[in-house]
Amino acid sequence: MSGLMRYRVRHQTTYRYGGDVAHSHQLLHLTPRDSAVQTCRSRSITLTPEPSIRREDVDAFGNFVTRLEFDLPHDHLDVLAEVAVEVCVPAHAAAEDSIPWEEVRDSLAYSGRPMREVQLDACRFRMESSYVRIKQVFSDYAADCFPPGCPLLQGAASLMHKIHRDFGYAPGSTNISTSALDAFTARRGVCQDFAHIMLACLRARGLAARYVSGYLRTAAPGADAALLGADASHAWVSVFCPPFGWIDLDPTNDVRVATDHIVIAWGRDFGDVSPLRGVIIGGGRHRLSVRVSVQAE
Amino acid sequence: MTDARLETYLSDTRRYDELVDSSGGIREHWQPLMDALASNGAGAVRRGAELARRLIVENGVTYNVYADSQGRDRPWVLDPLPILLTAAEWREIELGVAQRASLFDALLADIYGSQRLLADGTIPAELPFGHPNFLWPCHGITPAGGRRLHVYAVDIARSADGRWWALADRTQTPSGPGYALENRQIVSRVFPDLLGDLGVRSLGGFFVALRDNLLRHGLDTDSDLAVVLTPGSFNETYFEHAYLARQLGLPLVEGHDLTVRGDTVYLKTLGGLRRVHAILRRLDDDFCDPVELRADSALGVPGLLSAVRAGRVVIANSLGSGVLESAAWMGFIPAAAQRILGEKLRLPSVATWWCGERLALDYVLENLERLVLKPAYPNQNFPAVFGRDLDTAARAELARRIRARPHAYVAQERLAFSQAPVWRSGAAEGFAARALGIRVYAIATASGYRVMPGGLARIAAEAAGIVSMQRGGGSKDVWVLTPDRKSIDEVNVAGSVPRAATRHDDLPSRLAENLFWLGRYSERCEDKARLLRATLDVRPNAQLWPLVRATCGNFVAASLFDEASPLSLSADIQRLGWCAAQARSRLSAENWRAISVLQREFHDAAKARRDARETLDALLLSLAGLAGYALDDMTQDDGWRLMMIGRRLERLKFLADLLSQRLETGEASMQSELEWLLDIGDSTITYRTRYLAAPALGSTIDVLVFDQTNPRALAFQWHAIEYSLVRVAASLGGAPDDTLDEAVAQVEEMQLSAIEGDSSRAMRARQALAEQLRGLCAAAGKLSDRLCLKHFTLIDAEIRTVAA
Repeated sequence: MSGLMRYRVRHQTTYRYGGDVAHSHQLLHLTPRDSAVQTCRSRSITLTPEPSIRREDVDAFGNFVTRLEFDLPHDHLDVLAEVAVEVCVPAHAAAEDSIPWEEVRDSLAYSGRPMREVQLDACRFRMESSYVRIKQVFSDYAADCFPPGCPLLQGAASLMHKIHRDFGYAPGSTNISTSALDAFTARRGVCQDFAHIMLACLRARGLAARYVSGYLRTAAPGADAALLGADASHAWVSVFCPPFGWIDLDPTNDVRVATDHIVIAWGRDFGDVSPLRGVIIGGGRHRLSVRVSVQAE
Repeated sequence: MTDARLETYLSDTRRYDELVDSSGGIREHWQPLMDALASNGAGAVRRGAELARRLIVENGVTYNVYADSQGRDRPWVLDPLPILLTAAEWREIELGVAQRASLFDALLADIYGSQRLLADGTIPAELPFGHPNFLWPCHGITPAGGRRLHVYAVDIARSADGRWWALADRTQTPSGPGYALENRQIVSRVFPDLLGDLGVRSLGGFFVALRDNLLRHGLDTDSDLAVVLTPGSFNETYFEHAYLARQLGLPLVEGHDLTVRGDTVYLKTLGGLRRVHAILRRLDDDFCDPVELRADSALGVPGLLSAVRAGRVVIANSLGSGVLESAAWMGFIPAAAQRILGEKLRLPSVATWWCGERLALDYVLENLERLVLKPAYPNQNFPAVFGRDLDTAARAELARRIRARPHAYVAQERLAFSQAPVWRSGAAEGFAARALGIRVYAIATASGYRVMPGGLARIAAEAAGIVSMQRGGGSKDVWVLTPDRKSIDEVNVAGSVPRAATRHDDLPSRLAENLFWLGRYSERCEDKARLLRATLDVRPNAQLWPLVRATCGNFVAASLFDEASPLSLSADIQRLGWCAAQARSRLSAENWRAISVLQREFHDAAKARRDARETLDALLLSLAGLAGYALDDMTQDDGWRLMMIGRRLERLKFLADLLSQRLETGEASMQSELEWLLDIGDSTITYRTRYLAAPALGSTIDVLVFDQTNPRALAFQWHAIEYSLVRVAASLGGAPDDTLDEAVAQVEEMQLSAIEGDSSRAMRARQALAEQLRGLCAAAGKLSDRLCLKHFTLIDAEIRTVAA
């Protein structure tokens, strides 16, 4: 396996409205951000109809956002995002070399002393958010993954295994507004729910972890089956893991992220990075279809 | 103490007493008030309390408590005795409150900007990042004008040693300044001379400054527009939203009255879209924009945040300012004051321990029984609890919860609030002592924060009770005295705020629509009540009754009190009430009260199955009152014109319908039937004035259809409608609507001479007239639709959020 993967991604979203939409505002997270392991070579978003206003911006977490306003009546909306991305293998990080989880937890808690930027950044991802309310059940569930003195990455990896083992991948069993707690109770869900559950467990333990939205290559070379979640946008978790920094784990597929995943955006939970969200006025019932294709070059 | 009323006023050595000093004497600054009350005689306070109660009901001052299973508004409770504060004492409070406001504004700037205070350890990162009102989409936004905190409030109370402490800060949408002003206006009527005699500072200037501050950020032209944004009439403090809007002379709007286009906020008015420069919001942070904040909010304004980001609208307070509303901040404020302002905190907070700090946690766990435990974040499912109220097991469970997530809990010292006199009526009449807290307000001005010289004092319901509006208790006016009992610049009574010239084209479309339907339902209720009352008398008449049945069809069949039937009078009265509630900001207090009373009385009558005739008589009298308010008690702008068109149009439709139904049977009429029709049409007197003979069909139709001097006749309605349509068109542009013209012309051509008698020719003439009247009725319906289309279409259809 080479150290560098090149991908072309087409992400097509289509709304068909029952009647005319008189006016609408939309917010898109469809443009991949760059990172230490990822470079976006080309990016484009094609819209039909043309919006009356289009603004490219960067949100509070450093993600690219596109804001749209449509002020003429329209009965459909097509959004086509096409990107070319290079992903390289992350630096080696041996789980047993990561810092014990309690030390990391304590280093992020308030001490009255100044914090380094990297720590303060991690603090943004260790509290409750609207999808990820922190409850005792999550702390209890994760307890045996984090015995005293356990290196953080080891604990996080065993939590990932446990979630992958205990929860069923069941498309259609949840929806985009399902909370971590509801999915936890139902014991099943899709990648979004797996990620939310893992975030809730990590944060319940006082650790910092963020929700990552992105894509997954359709089939790993030489693998028999495609990875789960490859036909749509995907989601996984990134955990703050000193001394290595942020390490991405995919609980839906029970893998440490290497070069099969393409990052679009990250935030506290799905609500911060949903690919498309908006408000329409009028329009009646609507039909939505989403198609994603990820091709390795 | 010689004053008999004080015999019931018990001292409490654990508390500071506002009225009585430690040696049992009346404090010096209270003496003039006590003397004045004594000289007014024993009954003065009792009468004052009664008057205050009556004024509250008359002015419709309410506080809507969610907990009330009936969902009804509860009257505001105001104790007529003010609380007095000396100039020197107030100066300290004023400086302290203004300083806290400046500090919080700077804190907001930091956490929504560089977050330097988090990085350097002054403020725990857990406080903003764990708070549901910390809105990440607002991070990095610099608001137009730079100010984030425009209105600030703090609850203060006095400890046993006489010092004032801050108990809770309000930085999101502080409620109560309107109630404070309303309290002042009522108390100034209860004790008209006292405010001037004692040299009490006025509140008026504060509200002028509030409006000026909102409009300061606009383009500085006459067309600058600020609005008050309310979640709607179901909110617990809706009365205050409407009251504030009226006092400030600003339109009261709901989320769907506003629209964002091209990063600019517009108000949907009768005259089209009008740019909004500033919004005084009473809507919670995360409900304000469903595009970027809570997606399930139906109350917000889609795209509002992009307008804020572009610096094209000022929102008071800025979105996300609620993040500071947590007791957890209190322990860190003194250090922040040093760090940001380089000053010592003047108004200290009550002693607070945030359990996220190791040492604080240990202290709290050791001292649970003498502390109040509170949630650090408002979305926690954890009500504040007094440690001493818990038994051992409950205390252990609480300790476990705190240890599991220490940063989510805050402990505070219990403060024994000072006590003040309230008037207690009934058998044990006299002064009683109650715990007291005061909410003090500050607003941003170009030259810094300005503190309202007064506030909203709140008192406990019982002697040892807790001060809370939700749990009952009452309010008081706060009198800040001038040093020499003299006016400096602004002494005296209820500050009436000079109104801003609200332009006619500021009228929100939705409000106009509700006024239009208020007009239609008021008239519909009257028509139905008249019809039912007249028909009650007819029933025993075996000859007439079948005819009447045929004419009225469903109307008479629909029961008077049946709320389930959409045709019933009950149902229409409900609709009338609903439209009135939506248009409440345009109705005078008396008008609103008349509508509330009408609804209540009818509801009570229905419940008690009271005599129908008596109920209808009372209802018609009340409805006549509403008609009077409509004519004499409202600003006669385009909204009013549309309301009057609604009334006329409804009357036209009803009577044209009734007459056409009657005439199309072709049957000749009886005298008793004509009397019945004249009674429904309220034209008996008109008829008798014009015709000395007993009613004949031709002359009855003449009075009911063509008589332009009869305000009940069809002709009167269509002329009045035409006149109003011309006025509306002149004001809003375009040609007057001519939908009615053709149908009117056809009715006007009809000859009445031929309709009398039993001949088949007469029968055909009656049927022809019926046909024309049906046409008129249909045209009236069409006009209503066209008016809605023309003036109310800016009101959006369903708004929905989508996500993929």
